[in-house]
Amino acid sequence: MGVKQKGKSLKKSNNALTDSFVQLNVLNGKDIVDFKFEKFEKKIGGEIRPTNIEVFQINIGKLCNQTCSHCHVDAGPDRKEENMDRQTLETCLNIIKKCKIKTVDITGGAPEMNPHFKWFVESCTALGINVMNRCNLTIIMANKKYASLPQFFVDNNVHLISSLPYFSKMRTDNQRGDGVFEDSIKALKMLNNVGYGIEGTGLQLDLVFNPSGAFLPGDQASLQKEFKIQLKRRFDIEFNNLFAITNLPIARFLDYLLVSNNYEQYMTALIDAYNPSTLDGLMCKNTLSISWDGYIYDCDFNQMLDLKVNSKVQHINNFDIDQLMNRKVIVNQHCYGCTAGAGSSCGGEVVM
Amino acid sequence: MGNGYYQPEDLKKFPNIVEFQEKMGEKFFDWYGEVFEEGALTKREKSLIALAVAHAINCPYCMDAYTNGCLSNGADEEQMMEAVHVAAAIKGGATLANSVMMMNQVKKKLM
Repeated sequence: MGVKQKGKSLKKSNNALTDSFVQLNVLNGKDIVDFKFEKFEKKIGGEIRPTNIEVFQINIGKLCNQTCSHCHVDAGPDRKEENMDRQTLETCLNIIKKCKIKTVDITGGAPEMNPHFKWFVESCTALGINVMNRCNLTIIMANKKYASLPQFFVDNNVHLISSLPYFSKMRTDNQRGDGVFEDSIKALKMLNNVGYGIEGTGLQLDLVFNPSGAFLPGDQASLQKEFKIQLKRRFDIEFNNLFAITNLPIARFLDYLLVSNNYEQYMTALIDAYNPSTLDGLMCKNTLSISWDGYIYDCDFNQMLDLKVNSKVQHINNFDIDQLMNRKVIVNQHCYGCTAGAGSSCGGEVVM
Repeated sequence: MGNGYYQPEDLKKFPNIVEFQEKMGEKFFDWYGEVFEEGALTKREKSLIALAVAHAINCPYCMDAYTNGCLSNGADEEQMMEAVHVAAAIKGGATLANSVMMMNQVKKKLM
């Protein structure tokens, strides 16, 4: 049991990519690499505007028990400073109530490591709001204090979304750290035992397939079928849906692409796979993303590039839904990740 | 123009074969697309077969395309290498199986 970290966060390693300005320069061919690709803004031939707010996504902190090599958040055990405090969570809760938002999507880091996590989930549940939690699975096994999480999730009917890049140890551990696969399987069994992923219980357990390398995810339905067969056959594990999510060239995945000399080929693959029919289903149209310190973004990726919403309202302390709905979504070269093939969002493919 | 055969960037030009024969080219791509759709065999299984055939027919474009196809559709390294072993076994086996004819001739001709 236990996870051996893949390395340190970019921040802890003093990597130049910690500065989002450097990342944007790389993506725009201004720095480090010479590759210039057609501007995303030109490619879509217009602008993206929000339609509504269905999902209020809160990144409650960068602290995590894993240091996955593809993490766009650059999360890890060494990110102790960036965690949402109680006051900011209370402000979020007031907005959710006032704006009658139906779904709250909690992400991180490992959200469960935030000391206010349980209180926040219970407060949302009490208001009848659907709570989605992006659980990395191994947190359940990380420490005795987290062993009660499966029952806590049941009690609050939390919709769980968990990454499992592959149904084998090698591919999973190479991306997420030695020991992650074994702990993930144990955690999945615990979740199955309390009813998660089992037909008829209503307890939703979705898995995320994100490629463990410089390639794009294949067909979601086909991968789901394969994952269901293999996880059942090998480990007697069940789950509901598989979301195929494309890795965006941000933070540690961008670093990996540059260091492994895969950047040009990966960006070319994303751009060649550009599919305009994904534009209507992009998550930036119905989601707001909130950072640990209360700033507002169009999505979690823009958050990590520090591209705050294009609006007078940029912080939850002066939240104004009408002003925010009138904004233009900020796009940049990383957006090609959400428009490749069948598209990609926090809920997987966007074109069915 | 590249300065040799089998330039990786030429793979992208595959769809351009319709330039010289549009009708046949389009029919081919329609059929090709349907072949690789999920059917009685999964996309992963079809990608593995394609990878094995690519090795058997020495097609670098196909090896490139179906290495990616296998990874994207959820095949692992072990499955991919086993698929190539199947291709190699059939190629090697076919060579050896032909020796039956040689043996027939030898047995017929020798006293």
